[in-house]
Amino acid sequence: MSAVAHAHVDDHSHDEHHHKETFITKYIFSQDHKMIAKQYLITGLIMGFIGIAMSLLFRMQLAWPGESFWLFDTFLGKWAPDGVMSADVYLALVTIHGTIMVFFVLTAGLSGTFSNLLIPLQIGARDMASGFLNMVSYWLFFVSSVIMIISLFVEAGPAAAGWTIYPPLSALPMAQPGSGMGMTLWLVSMAIFIASSLLGSLNYIVTVINLRTKGMSMTRLPLTIWAFFVTAIIGVISFPVLLSAALLLIMDRSFGTSFFLSDIFIQGEVLHYQGGSPVLYEHLFWFLGHPEVYIVLLPALGITSEVMSTNARKPIFGYRAMVASILAIAFLSTIVWGHHMFISGMNPFLGSVFTFTTLLIAIPSAVKAFNYITTLWKGNLQLNPGMLFSIGLVSTFITGGLTGIILGDSTLDINVHDTYFVVAHFHLVMGISALYGLFAGVYHWFPKMFEGKMMNKNLGYIHFWVTAVCAYGVFFPMHFVGMAGVPRRYYQNTAFPMFDELTNVQVLMTVFAIIAGLAQLVFVYNFISSIFYGKKGPQNPWKSNTLEWTTPQKHIHGNWPGKIPEVHRWAYDYSKTYENGEYIIEGQDFVPQDVPLQENEEELQH
Amino acid sequence: MTTVLILAVLVLVAIAIWQMTKIFELSQMRAESSNAEVASDADNKNNGYLLFAFLIFIYGITIFSFAKYTKVLLPEAASAHGGEYDTLMWVSFAIIFFVQTITQALLHYFGYKYRGEKGKKALFYADNDRLEFIWTIIPVIVLAGLIIWGLYSWTNIMDVNDEDNPLVVELYAQQFNWTARYGGEDNVLGDASVRLIDINRANVLGLDESDPNAGDDVIVKELHLPVGRKVNFYMRSQDVLHSAYMPHFRAQMNCVPGMITEFSFTPTITTEEMRMNPDVIEKVKRTNAIRAEKAAAGEPNSDPWEFDYVLLCNKICGTSHYNMQLKIIVETEEEYNAWMAEQTTFSNMLIKEDTASNGDAVESANNNVAMLE
Repeated sequence: MSAVAHAHVDDHSHDEHHHKETFITKYIFSQDHKMIAKQYLITGLIMGFIGIAMSLLFRMQLAWPGESFWLFDTFLGKWAPDGVMSADVYLALVTIHGTIMVFFVLTAGLSGTFSNLLIPLQIGARDMASGFLNMVSYWLFFVSSVIMIISLFVEAGPAAAGWTIYPPLSALPMAQPGSGMGMTLWLVSMAIFIASSLLGSLNYIVTVINLRTKGMSMTRLPLTIWAFFVTAIIGVISFPVLLSAALLLIMDRSFGTSFFLSDIFIQGEVLHYQGGSPVLYEHLFWFLGHPEVYIVLLPALGITSEVMSTNARKPIFGYRAMVASILAIAFLSTIVWGHHMFISGMNPFLGSVFTFTTLLIAIPSAVKAFNYITTLWKGNLQLNPGMLFSIGLVSTFITGGLTGIILGDSTLDINVHDTYFVVAHFHLVMGISALYGLFAGVYHWFPKMFEGKMMNKNLGYIHFWVTAVCAYGVFFPMHFVGMAGVPRRYYQNTAFPMFDELTNVQVLMTVFAIIAGLAQLVFVYNFISSIFYGKKGPQNPWKSNTLEWTTPQKHIHGNWPGKIPEVHRWAYDYSKTYENGEYIIEGQDFVPQDVPLQENEEELQH
Repeated sequence: MTTVLILAVLVLVAIAIWQMTKIFELSQMRAESSNAEVASDADNKNNGYLLFAFLIFIYGITIFSFAKYTKVLLPEAASAHGGEYDTLMWVSFAIIFFVQTITQALLHYFGYKYRGEKGKKALFYADNDRLEFIWTIIPVIVLAGLIIWGLYSWTNIMDVNDEDNPLVVELYAQQFNWTARYGGEDNVLGDASVRLIDINRANVLGLDESDPNAGDDVIVKELHLPVGRKVNFYMRSQDVLHSAYMPHFRAQMNCVPGMITEFSFTPTITTEEMRMNPDVIEKVKRTNAIRAEKAAAGEPNSDPWEFDYVLLCNKICGTSHYNMQLKIIVETEEEYNAWMAEQTTFSNMLIKEDTASNGDAVESANNNVAMLE
């Protein structure tokens, strides 16, 4: 099967000059995975800009509740009378911030970008299995982004029921202004997003299974590809469940069904709904929602594995254990969703089961963290910006992951559920970590995306260090706010004198958040200016083993001008020596995957 | 606090300037080389030191937060199961901090110690089954312990039963306020459904008037609990999801339209006693200092505060979610009984057809209607 596929793809490459490329087919409706990756990245970054800007707005409201700001007046208009943010728009900002960051930035922006860029390049394929579906996937993502943005401008405001949009709040326009047109657009946008994600994921899976080059066995795949591959599988398993939840919610909202609604008396009248249950919605939502966390995180961990190993000039420690942990995390991620619902009213026995599975998932996560640390041990660390972001990822992954032990324990969850403790936990473990993964990937593969141009490393260092300090500055104190009992999604905490003394902490966090936000502008500047004026580096700037660096810097359709290179070894032969201590290739501390085994060289079983 | 902030900002600015000057230097020096944007030995060295500094920063912010913010945490648990909850919490925290301290140290120290230098040889070290076994099995054992302990507590806490003659209370949630209903004389809640709500007759919780258990139910806007007696809470919601969060009692349960959820705990410390707790006295003092400052500046919401237990809504429920609260008063059995004796029962609260003359009932009906709007 796979031989046939190669033959076919090879043929395809020979008639590449028959394609006539116009501006539209090259830059807009491109079917080339490298261009699609860039489209994903840039769309994701724009969405990220919006999402982060929103968070700064509501952080200002939290630090200085009821204060008037011209910023609010400018950006929120009628929702900030006299420059004072209204409660409704606060909830809307929180909701859309969550939605954009989780789905549009960290799912599509991260996995979409790097799966597209790296899967064909690292497995040695001319392109994705279906370039057309790949293009459709991007454009569906684009349409869903546009609809989500449009929803910000509707009369009654965008969706404001939290990114989890639990019914009945999200189902009844009379419960909240944002549950009218804003919520309809949210649901439509998400439905399209899911279609996009599914098309993308199926393509990734098929490509990884069928289009690996000769010699590229599954156990020789770089860990990036393992991560993208497994991520795509989790996506295919869980996203359809969210789609069904969204469809059922649309029916409840528009066609009078009662899947999630029952016994409701609101604004002086009893509604007809009977027999549904909001808890059912919670189950369906979190059946996606929890795997989603890993859909966000696994690609970041995959990128980290690759970047860290390359820059440490050492093989990744415990390759097989890393693959096994990815698989274990993927499997467990589909049976832990109930830990979001310990106190939802579901049977407490189920809570016990989910506590058990949830704490189990800490084991492969711990293995990964320890393996990363050991990878650094006795390395020759090249501290490029991508490497720093990878180290930063491991740091926040540990800090954030550890508090998961508290939240995953049904008993301890009782009092910190839905407080700022949760917000601090997941921002560190999946938000900041995944963003670091995204940045690591951008710095590392920028030369591959933009024809050899490299980003400015010094701006990269500023970006990393300011972000790293501020990320902890925002989220470390936040744990204490949560343990003091402050609920999340409160427009202001002034209604409870017991929270008065926490305003100081909110100010501290907000100041850090604003500085962190400004630091991202350094990245934006670096990114844009490097696209145009970046210095061209060597073909393989990081001296990496993987196949993508064997392609010419100039992008060509089909990736390799001649034959696809054959793979003879795994991706991690860094600093490998003969028994006498000489490098395998003299004067070079790495052996690319397409270099055949040398005489006297042992292929170590990893 | 402001000093700390300013210091933090200054440090960041200093780093930024330092790096800026370096850009300038390096951009002058290496404009020719195509490897200009790849980390040089100097970069490795600088960033290696910064990694070490960052480790100190992590420890610093941890110590700072603990020193400064431990006092803002919730006071001693005021419920019977709360003590065990707090113990489990602190044990988990001890484990977390132990692991955090060690792993962050290794990660950043290795980053500093093994920073790259030209000509240095990394160790080809791809595998070690024994090491990997060790760090698989240690989390397994530790987590197994936590799981077993956690599940044991969970089963105890969530076991809502009728032993020990519990007080039966309904917590009724609606946008954006809480109502409590007591079982009354018979300590049994009358049947209720949102379909039976009749605001004109002040039947705001939709009690079934034909249910003999309903007549003596007591509906109130302030939750009074006798100390030392188990309370079984039954939660209902009439519109959207809410969550009854009683942080001082380490208690929380969602209120779900269409179903009745339950939670149970025994309050162990009266409001009066809690106000005497040294931590609480300190907290009240600090808070009132802040409020006095606000009052001096002529700001609203600045009256002196007296500690009270409180029930908060902790599930996003709409515009005024941030202000959906109910005062809880834990008191002695006698005080509780005296308070209860003053309350109007449901049957007396109802406005009888066409005879809306009972002063109390009209007033409470109006209140209730006002609440709904």
